[in-house]
Amino acid sequence: MKYLLSLLLGLVAGAALFIVALLYNPFGGRLVVSPLALSGQPLIDLSYSAVPGESIAFVNDGESIIQPYPDNIAEIWEPTVKETWASTVLLTNALGAPAGIGFKFSSNSERTRLLESSALVESVWHVYLPGRGTFFVDQTENYWSYIRDVILPARWSPSDSWRGNWNRVTTIGPNALGTGRVTGAGGEFAGMESEAVELLTARAYSADHGPVSMSGNLTIAIPVGGEQDSLTSTEH
Amino acid sequence: MFKTFVFGIVLGLGGTGALVHYVPVVNQHREASLIEFAVNAGNSELFQIDLPDDRILAGVPGQSATVPAALEWPDHRIFADAQAELFKLRDRDDVVVGIASRISSSKDASGPFVQWMLHLPARGTLFVIFDAAPADGGLRNGTLRGGTGDFANLSGSVTEQFRELSQDPDADAVARIQLVTRLVGQPMEDE
Repeated sequence: MKYLLSLLLGLVAGAALFIVALLYNPFGGRLVVSPLALSGQPLIDLSYSAVPGESIAFVNDGESIIQPYPDNIAEIWEPTVKETWASTVLLTNALGAPAGIGFKFSSNSERTRLLESSALVESVWHVYLPGRGTFFVDQTENYWSYIRDVILPARWSPSDSWRGNWNRVTTIGPNALGTGRVTGAGGEFAGMESEAVELLTARAYSADHGPVSMSGNLTIAIPVGGEQDSLTSTEH
Repeated sequence: MFKTFVFGIVLGLGGTGALVHYVPVVNQHREASLIEFAVNAGNSELFQIDLPDDRILAGVPGQSATVPAALEWPDHRIFADAQAELFKLRDRDDVVVGIASRISSSKDASGPFVQWMLHLPARGTLFVIFDAAPADGGLRNGTLRGGTGDFANLSGSVTEQFRELSQDPDADAVARIQLVTRLVGQPMEDE
């Protein structure tokens, strides 16, 4: 009997050790500085509030701690879209003035590998900047650092909340340098192929309601030369 | 007994590692893709949206009839000419397979446009640009501008058609938007 108890205690200790090693894997960190910041290309910076209640609209399956917004918006509970959520946000420029509207669709990725410190999300953006044009962005994001450094501490805290200053580039692909892909659609961006990164900054999180203070920043690199010269923006 | 404890630790480490490695964290639900082969036109697929039920959001500046009613659409003047909508997307058998955004403007300074982004979580996303003006019969022609997942490296056309189904406002579906894709694979660069 005592051998069985020892084995069980060993199993529990082994599993706990594995989880601790997984969570505190020093190689699981992500970039804090945008890889586009050093590129020398003209950039467009667009910011938005990543708190669902401060967005224009937010929809998910309705079963998450993060509730859809506003009231009575339809939930996407069907099996094929249950692991997907959609935000509609007001995008502002570097001066804080309204610059556009963006739809962001995010789906949990089947390429998620906890052993590799990856909690992957496939995201796409449909962005409209009035008077300038439209474009699409597709990217793979890694939320591992966000889960480890923000969500888990909030759940483990006696106050069920987290406060601090966390910011990370969540974009890790699909481009080789860890940037997202931009596909120009209309106006100034027609025909454009470029790169983008998204950065999240969290300051407060509630284990009961989700993000309390969090903002996102979408940075688009503008190719230099040819027709894209006119895009050299004053927004950055 | 200590040896048994150490053996348990090793077993616990290995077992948890195997569990984390082999049990998928995310397993997207898949519906069969209802694709038809179109002669000399690649593969064709029909997506549809039943109105009003599948309209999740409709943002139109200056209109009180936003969806949902509590939606606070930005009233800044730069958005005065645009319309943005979010829908559930169904396949030919009326099964919800994704979500879609539609943004349009008839008076934007950069030119009139109609665009869709169709997101099918288990398959990928299509980015589609349509002609601003519909052709005869209300059919609007569009081009696949890009795609991800199963739709990466495809090219082709997409049509959009709005069909009224019933005059009865209490009917399940008063109208239907149909999107038909006709896509072919792009040749490899070295071919």
